[in-house]
Amino acid sequence: MCLAIPARIIELTGDNAVVDAMGNHFKAKTTLLKDVKLGDLVLVHAGFAITIVDEEEARETWELIAEINDYNKTPNKISG
Amino acid sequence: MLDRIYKAQNLISEACKKQGRAINIMEVCGTHTVAIFRSGIRATLPEGLNLLSGPGCPVCVTDQSYIDTVLELADKSDVLIATYGDMIRVPGHGGSLETRQPANNVKVVFSSQDAIQIAKDNSDKTVIFLAVGFETTAPATGVIVMQAAREKIENFCILSGHKLVVPAMRALLSGKNDKIDAFLCPGHVSVIIGYGAYEEIVRDFKRPCVVAGFEPIQIIEGLAEICHQLVEGAAETKSIYKAAVTEKGNLKAQQIISECFEAADGYWRGLGKIDKSTLKLKDKYSRFDAYQRYNITETPHAELEGCRCGEVLCGLIRPPECSLFGKKCTPQSPVGPCMVSSEGTCAAYYKYGTRRKKS
Amino acid sequence: MRNTDAPKILLAHGDGGLLSDELIRKTILPHLAKEMPSELNDAARLELSSKSICFTTDSYVVKPLFFNGGDIGKLAVCGTVNDLAVSGARPLALSLSFIIETGLEIELFEKILESIKKAAEENEISIVTGDTKTVEAGAADKIFINTAGIGIRLGEADLGFSKIRAGDKVLLSGTIGDHGMTIISQREGIKFETEMNSDCAGIAKLTCKLLESIKGIKFMRDPTRGGLAATLNEISKQTGLSIEIDQNLISINPTVQAAADVLGLDVLGVANEGKFVAIVSAESADDCVKICRQHPLGKEASIIGTILETQDVPVVEMITKIGGRRIVQMPYGLELPRIC
Repeated sequence: MCLAIPARIIELTGDNAVVDAMGNHFKAKTTLLKDVKLGDLVLVHAGFAITIVDEEEARETWELIAEINDYNKTPNKISG
Repeated sequence: MLDRIYKAQNLISEACKKQGRAINIMEVCGTHTVAIFRSGIRATLPEGLNLLSGPGCPVCVTDQSYIDTVLELADKSDVLIATYGDMIRVPGHGGSLETRQPANNVKVVFSSQDAIQIAKDNSDKTVIFLAVGFETTAPATGVIVMQAAREKIENFCILSGHKLVVPAMRALLSGKNDKIDAFLCPGHVSVIIGYGAYEEIVRDFKRPCVVAGFEPIQIIEGLAEICHQLVEGAAETKSIYKAAVTEKGNLKAQQIISECFEAADGYWRGLGKIDKSTLKLKDKYSRFDAYQRYNITETPHAELEGCRCGEVLCGLIRPPECSLFGKKCTPQSPVGPCMVSSEGTCAAYYKYGTRRKKS
Repeated sequence: MRNTDAPKILLAHGDGGLLSDELIRKTILPHLAKEMPSELNDAARLELSSKSICFTTDSYVVKPLFFNGGDIGKLAVCGTVNDLAVSGARPLALSLSFIIETGLEIELFEKILESIKKAAEENEISIVTGDTKTVEAGAADKIFINTAGIGIRLGEADLGFSKIRAGDKVLLSGTIGDHGMTIISQREGIKFETEMNSDCAGIAKLTCKLLESIKGIKFMRDPTRGGLAATLNEISKQTGLSIEIDQNLISINPTVQAAADVLGLDVLGVANEGKFVAIVSAESADDCVKICRQHPLGKEASIIGTILETQDVPVVEMITKIGGRRIVQMPYGLELPRIC
């Protein structure tokens, strides 16, 4: 229901984190998570990390998305 | 792996043929509404599948009386309103937070953390945080309420507009719109509440509930899973957003919600009164409750003349069926909240819907 | 009182008197002029080689003044150059007017001047005249710049909405969203560290090369405020024709996309400052892309769409990555960043 983006924790002090989303760095609180650590990939919503992302599961979707991006890169499908 | 998309699309087509009638799937998530439109999925779905948008936009389902309360509070000279961006354009009586004058005591924040920081930085003012959103956002409010209590930040309170998704789904099936065959469940609300939370919908109403993420492939596969269940005649709750959603959800976040809030009856625009569907601060935190502090009671308002947001929110009509849509009601001059909010169904239809006849 | 070492701009710097004169001679001109002019006249005299000139004006009020990849000075020069470029002209000269808030550090002003000088040299445009005014604290936000620019229209250039036909192709010179997202990332209230850079650059050399080499270029525009979406909608509205573009062919830097995702913004509506959109004949499309890609500012150029006959209402429509369709509307104002 709300925008949440995947981002990697690159700094962590207490429950204050800095996360990296494809080269953008944001502050995020990890108050809502147990056992979170540096390097974890998390979903960030409204400044809070709401879950740790299971990278194995996520990988499949990313690969699919990358495939879709690649596949469609070359042929020019526009009409006319 | 593009085969997976084709496979899912075929499954959906087959299911529609087998059902012999239109299949109505409701997506209960404003972010899904936007994602579906932005990715153009609707155009790839067969005729027999109706994708209904539901009451998944927190701003859209917030009753007019809440906005009018906010506008009244904003007029107090010692008040600062802290709000997520979505709220500032919603029209109330006498304008919106954006257009009313003076506008300098309204601060847009991206995190509830910013709201409490504003309170710390402005000890001569009372900061009222507009706590709007579903279960995804409620824990963030809970955290700052607990912080305010711990650090004795007394110039701070919240006006809770938080709502719960499952009671709304029940209300829809119990009378508002029983034509819904299944739900595409919200990805990020489910991160918090877990996909097990939809068990009661499956148990009591025998409707499939499938949680999907927001990438087009995930949405298409979610729809395919629903169609599969409908064809098999076996409803269950399932998540295909395995990377982020578990059966039990985020227990710590749920604990924070139950520490601070209790479920209360509340009014939803379009759906009316729904039992135990809103979050109210518990007594131990009542001093941070703006409703208590300012002695506010709200009476739900009637809709503005001609506005059919209520029916749109229940999935009973599509925005183009409202006579105001695209004419009197546009993003530039919205009449109802479904057009104002960036996640509103009417705004999405207007911004992204195709107006060319399908070839 | 003379104070040649004043570290800040004073109101008196704009009053036309001694301090004004000093500011011009000791600060502005040394940074901008190649040689000190022997006379400072009220107007520049230009001898033009052609009667066919293009003339543009713009004001620059960007905030913050300095951002990754540029600043208000560079923006002022490149923006003017680009308006001339997409009109089919080779930029020749520009005027610079400053409106400066009292209290602006002179050092900051000098940095902006340096940046202007560098951008003017890179884009081969001369700064021929200018003006400086100062206002009280609070009456302007540090510094506003207004420019006017003149260019000589290339003989080959015959551009206009009326030249566009169904069947023409839409050429985009590179990635979109870089400038707008970079600016947003440095705005108070949102501010976040990022690897993004503004694409602020002058595109005249590339557009001139294109116009001189290819027949069949019908129209050009630089997609600044409102981004690609605004430009395409303008074309559709003015011509009454429809446009179809393919999302797969539009290049977006992943960092820019991620930042837009966080803020809930649509990159199609985000400003660009070093790109252009051209409507070109179908036969010339491939050659146009080839020429662009040989230039550093056009390395990611591609044909992204086609002009179509309108069926019921003129629309700009996009084929999405998964083969779906959606409309691309004219952006409304500054979209509110979404949270929930």
